[in-house]
Amino acid sequence: MLDLDMGKYVVYVWGAYGATALGVLGLTVASVAAHRAQKRKLAALQAESRKP
Amino acid sequence: MISWLANPERFSRLFTPIRPYIGAAAALLCLWGLYLCFASPEDYQQGDTVRIMYLHVPTAWMAMFVYLVMGIASFFGLIWRHSLADVAAKAAAPIGAVFTALALLTGSLWGRPMWGTWWEWDGRMTSVLVLFLFYIGYIALHAAIEDETRAARSTAILALIGLVNLPVIKFSVEWWNTLHQGASVIRPDGPTIAPDMLWPLLVMALAFKLFFIWLWLVRIDTELMARRTRALRARLSFAEEGN
Repeated sequence: MLDLDMGKYVVYVWGAYGATALGVLGLTVASVAAHRAQKRKLAALQAESRKP
Repeated sequence: MISWLANPERFSRLFTPIRPYIGAAAALLCLWGLYLCFASPEDYQQGDTVRIMYLHVPTAWMAMFVYLVMGIASFFGLIWRHSLADVAAKAAAPIGAVFTALALLTGSLWGRPMWGTWWEWDGRMTSVLVLFLFYIGYIALHAAIEDETRAARSTAILALIGLVNLPVIKFSVEWWNTLHQGASVIRPDGPTIAPDMLWPLLVMALAFKLFFIWLWLVRIDTELMARRTRALRARLSFAEEGN
């Protein structure tokens, strides 16, 4: 049974979980987006280098 | 083995196929950990604030672990000049900085209701803040130096200096009178936490470790591609000038 009622500590507990989710997800989104952008950039340049 | 792995092509070939599985394992473990965090009983003294521990302790462990990884990679980069070592250290730094910021923030959110203060300039908290500043300094220094070789060398020296801070963080609660409690998991006589509370802590710690490995591999791949892009661009512009 999950206990989701944090009573008088609601701001502290959910604040900690919210901040951690924001930090972890923010870092993930930024890193994956940078990875995709870099992959596209490299592929475009490689295609250009193969042109006669 | 390390020299064999230090080849960027070989490294990518080996880790790219297993990367999605590590990410999936991290996500599943995180979900299980979160379930355990809220299924575990509240503490008889701390009430529901004990649930902050399941994030605070693993993020604090990761803050130190990632810096250790960065330090080891910097050492290899400095001594054997492996370019992949600098890439690995550079890729780890932002992840470590976020974990350290989260350890400080969740600690503050736990400290306010339990100690009556958001912050105290004691040994543990101050040394973790110093760790955060080392991460920020490392990232800023890498960004400030354009030449890759010089940037790698300077940041590696900075990372190695910062390693001195790790034992200070670990033993700060024993060396000085601090508001922060002593170790209750990694102790010579075993953990003093009840199993109901130890399990969510360990599962979250493992989830964060796998998350780090996955994200680190993604960031290493990004940096390797960025370096390949720069080299290719330089070759193309050199060829254009020649024509």
